[in-house]
Amino acid sequence: MEPINIMIVGVGGQGTLLASRVIGAAAVSSKLDCKVSEVHGMSQRGGSVVTYCRVGGRIFSPLVEKGHADVLLCFERLEALRWSGFLRRGGLLILNDERIDPMPVIAGAQSYPGGIIEALQAGGAQVTAIDAAAIADECGDRRAANTVLLGVLASKGIAGIARETWEEAVCGIVPAKALEINKKAFQKGYERGSGQ
Amino acid sequence: MQCLLLGNEAVAFGARDAGVTVASAYPGTPSTEITETIAKFDEVYSEWAPNEKVAVETAIGASFAGARAICAMKHVGLNVAADPLFTVSYTGVNGGLCIVVADDPGMHSSQNEQDSRFYARSAHILMLEPSDSQECYDFTRLAFELSERFDTPVLLRLTTRVAHARSVVALREKEQYLLKDYKKDMAKYVMVPANAIARHVVVEKRDALLREYAETAPLNRVERGQGKACVVSSGISYQYVKEAFPDADVLKLGVVYPLPEELLKDFAAQAKKLIVAEELEPYIETHCRAIGIETLGKARLTLQGELTPAMLRERFADILPAGEAPQAVSAVTAEPAPPRPPALCAGCPHRGAFYVLGKLKLHVMGDIGCYTLGAMPPSSAIDACVCMGASIGMVHGMDKARGAQFAAKTVAVLGDSTFIHSGITGLIDIVYNKGVSTVIILDNSITGMTGHQQNPATGITIKGEKTRQIDLKKLCEAVGVERVRVCDPFDLKDFEKVVLEETAAAEPSVIIAQRPCILLKGVRRAAPCYIDREKCKKCMSCLRLGCPAIVRKPEGPSINESMCVGCGLCARLCAFGAICGRGE
Repeated sequence: MEPINIMIVGVGGQGTLLASRVIGAAAVSSKLDCKVSEVHGMSQRGGSVVTYCRVGGRIFSPLVEKGHADVLLCFERLEALRWSGFLRRGGLLILNDERIDPMPVIAGAQSYPGGIIEALQAGGAQVTAIDAAAIADECGDRRAANTVLLGVLASKGIAGIARETWEEAVCGIVPAKALEINKKAFQKGYERGSGQ
Repeated sequence: MQCLLLGNEAVAFGARDAGVTVASAYPGTPSTEITETIAKFDEVYSEWAPNEKVAVETAIGASFAGARAICAMKHVGLNVAADPLFTVSYTGVNGGLCIVVADDPGMHSSQNEQDSRFYARSAHILMLEPSDSQECYDFTRLAFELSERFDTPVLLRLTTRVAHARSVVALREKEQYLLKDYKKDMAKYVMVPANAIARHVVVEKRDALLREYAETAPLNRVERGQGKACVVSSGISYQYVKEAFPDADVLKLGVVYPLPEELLKDFAAQAKKLIVAEELEPYIETHCRAIGIETLGKARLTLQGELTPAMLRERFADILPAGEAPQAVSAVTAEPAPPRPPALCAGCPHRGAFYVLGKLKLHVMGDIGCYTLGAMPPSSAIDACVCMGASIGMVHGMDKARGAQFAAKTVAVLGDSTFIHSGITGLIDIVYNKGVSTVIILDNSITGMTGHQQNPATGITIKGEKTRQIDLKKLCEAVGVERVRVCDPFDLKDFEKVVLEETAAAEPSVIIAQRPCILLKGVRRAAPCYIDREKCKKCMSCLRLGCPAIVRKPEGPSINESMCVGCGLCARLCAFGAICGRGE
């Protein structure tokens, strides 16, 4: 099986690492080879962060190359724009439609670009944009936005991983006290993603 | 058992399953999770040492005592530990000794991208380099066997993309390791010249044995492709080679010191020119050339940063024609995407200190930690940053070079953990040599940047147990600093006053700016602040704090409620009382 390349991009502190761990766990239970490359340290302090997940028959490099990503799971709009060149034309871009201003915008040196979603669509991305934080809020905690996005990802039938496998992976990774909220968040995301 | 582990975690499991007794380390990205993971194993003694030199010395002691021991550090940490490293090569070991060094090509979290393989070569220490988590596990276990078999410490070299990538690992049965007998052996362990001269001979003999081992070690393997090109590689570069050139013949090296000679020559004999794919320095390539093999490598690649499969395909397209590159999304917006550099967190205690230092326009000698971010705009409050603990030596040198007037405008800034790591010796230098410098210890009660590790100033061990706590104030007083002030960096007025007084004083002084990291458990977070639009004059002073929770809006500065932790620093700063902390 050709590797499926997923990139998770966002802002340090948004819970991207947890999402990548769920993808990894789902892949391993599906008996697929998997590599997940994380970013730790300096880059986490509110900076732009990227996690590469590769799932398939046999994986060599833990990184995804430009133009090779099948899915871009984006936790923030500007980060979706920044990393969009990694997505192959026609690839899936799942977007949490949230805006977090970076320091140059806060400092007034640069402005936050407008029309990002339109530009992504015009540029050849298949965009599914949702307000994951609001959906997570409905489920009981905004911080479960990452699980909502995972629900959307799961609904797209990525790497042939079954819904139950995704759910088990979420249960295995999310801390017990937040489990109920995250289960709901996953379900809502799945429903949104499959257009239910 | 199959599990998905970080390279670092796999090293930790490998150490546990090899029967390691003692692990000592100082945290450093990208190596930290090795020791953090070991700390979860009850059967292994683990500790955070004050610095890497002490960590290696502790592991050496454990090895001499007959135990298997490990210590892990980032590449620059090995510089700190280089002193014991070069001599433990002479003594050899009793119990197996593995020193893990994690290089950071691309400098994701580092101040340079030195190549640690040269340490192995110059200290004549066996070095293994894994390419994924399974190899991290296997090579770590093997490192202990080889250490004992060849009576040598073993260096295990990782790079960020191996250390911080998760891949599938099959764990094997744990080894029941019994401590070796401890025998006093002065000729082996007492490195005075007479003994060391004899041991140097042993090192050279060992090197010959290791070279022989490298020729046939299963860690060095040839993977036959379709003979279109011959590529030699190791570590993460091997993965990029397999990605870029699936049809090439590949010699994958797991032993990077010593490098095999015959194996390389045999392999190279099948190709006109041998491609060498390695990150950073031409370490393997220089060896190949020295033994008469023609190579293609650094002349086409780079000494800087990381390799990518795309770079390999492009640079060697004449030898291995690449397929068509896939079409990528190309999204263009009217304005370019602004960068998103890391920033001090909302509520970070360092923000108060840097605001004041920036306001006073002092020359700030910085150091390694979260507070290096004080160099970022808008505060831009740091003049120099070199290595752990260097801020103090640098401020002293500046003051000696430019005299008293200049000294009144300089300070050193470093964290509590960094001060203990290697700042204290610099402070002794200032006191001893009649310096007048001012040192500011940003004491946030944790080792922050590497992800919250305990240190001697926190009074808690790696296992979360209470222990004796170093009193920073008493420590500074004990080395002879008579002016030690403790203050809160969020009390902007008081902090400014203290800084002005201490920089003016013609004697050494230390300011301990105490406030815990906002991310620590148990640190109070208040309701978000808000801006009273009627009082706000839009002077934008609050934006100069560089707080990620304060954003610029058409109606004036605005506070992002989901990010604000209610620290109230902006409220203290605002001259018009327009910012209200709800919690206060």
